[in-house]
Amino acid sequence: MIEINGLTKKYLTKTALQDVTLKIENGGITGLIGENGSGKSTLLKVIAGLVRPTNGEVTVNGKAVSRRIATDVAYLSELDAYYPFFTVQQMIDFEASQFPDFDKERAQAMISFMKLNPSSKMKTLSKGNRGRVKIILALSRNAPIILMDEPLSGLDPMVRESIVESLISFVDVENQTVIITTHEINEMEPLFDRVIAIKNGRILATADTETIRDQQNLRLIDWLKQEYR
Amino acid sequence: MTDKFDTSKPIYKQIADQLYWRMIRGELQPGDKLPSVRECAVEFKVNPNTVARTYNEMEREKVVKTKRGQGTFVTTDENVLFDLKESMKKIHIEEFVHEMEEMGYTEEEMVASLQEYLDGRDTND
Repeated sequence: MIEINGLTKKYLTKTALQDVTLKIENGGITGLIGENGSGKSTLLKVIAGLVRPTNGEVTVNGKAVSRRIATDVAYLSELDAYYPFFTVQQMIDFEASQFPDFDKERAQAMISFMKLNPSSKMKTLSKGNRGRVKIILALSRNAPIILMDEPLSGLDPMVRESIVESLISFVDVENQTVIITTHEINEMEPLFDRVIAIKNGRILATADTETIRDQQNLRLIDWLKQEYR
Repeated sequence: MTDKFDTSKPIYKQIADQLYWRMIRGELQPGDKLPSVRECAVEFKVNPNTVARTYNEMEREKVVKTKRGQGTFVTTDENVLFDLKESMKKIHIEEFVHEMEEMGYTEEEMVASLQEYLDGRDTND
């Protein structure tokens, strides 16, 4: 379980997160949605131990979050983070050497699923294929927590579809807790068990997606607009 | 990729309806094994937890039966499948009648125009 208590994060004079208190139960896929600059990415980085809170506490499965939480948390950055001179295979071998929970067999299965050539150099890959490699690196770990910052952003529809399919095929939704930030709400909504709406660094609402559909007859985007009013 | 679903309504129910439709059309026969939760999730491009909920719902309605360690199977109880078909028929008739009423047609006119349509279709075939 991820527990956040009274979390505030300030960058100099700018407040990115303001008094966030949140509990995310284990298992399932959570969508973290909100406009640009609402604090989505900062919240993920705090949970990943990449950004230190100004105030408040964050624990992952009872452990206080620090940089070392990387053993429990797989984090997919919005930015590209790889060595350009590595081949796809070397990139996977490197990641496997860093994380004991890395499943090389799953990585191979995902390489063929994504139709990638393991001997291609990272720097020669198209943007779409780099996006695919990042997904493989994140989802090949048996980490209890997987955080993905904008995994579909800037990618073409075919790549986006293969990423959505790989999430369905390779995430263990019963045992892994996945949090995804996205603006591609319509594409991602069938994947979310629950959603968190965030605005100006504050949590507006959290809800079970099927409950939203059942009780309010709203598409996720319409629910978000309603919460934003 | 979500064009298969109306995402303002629960997705688990829409998947159940699609699987019921396959049973009624005979694409899934009594006693047939359903795809695994994961396979079904991949096919419909939804969260596997949603499909698990669909399977629970169908089991609660006694249309499928889960055998431990073997998977989920369409019931062999023909009565259940007959009822399923009847309730689907009723839903479509109600929808038809409702729309015709909205347009101001009487019951007699509905029956007459339905008969006329069916007769016309026969001669065209």
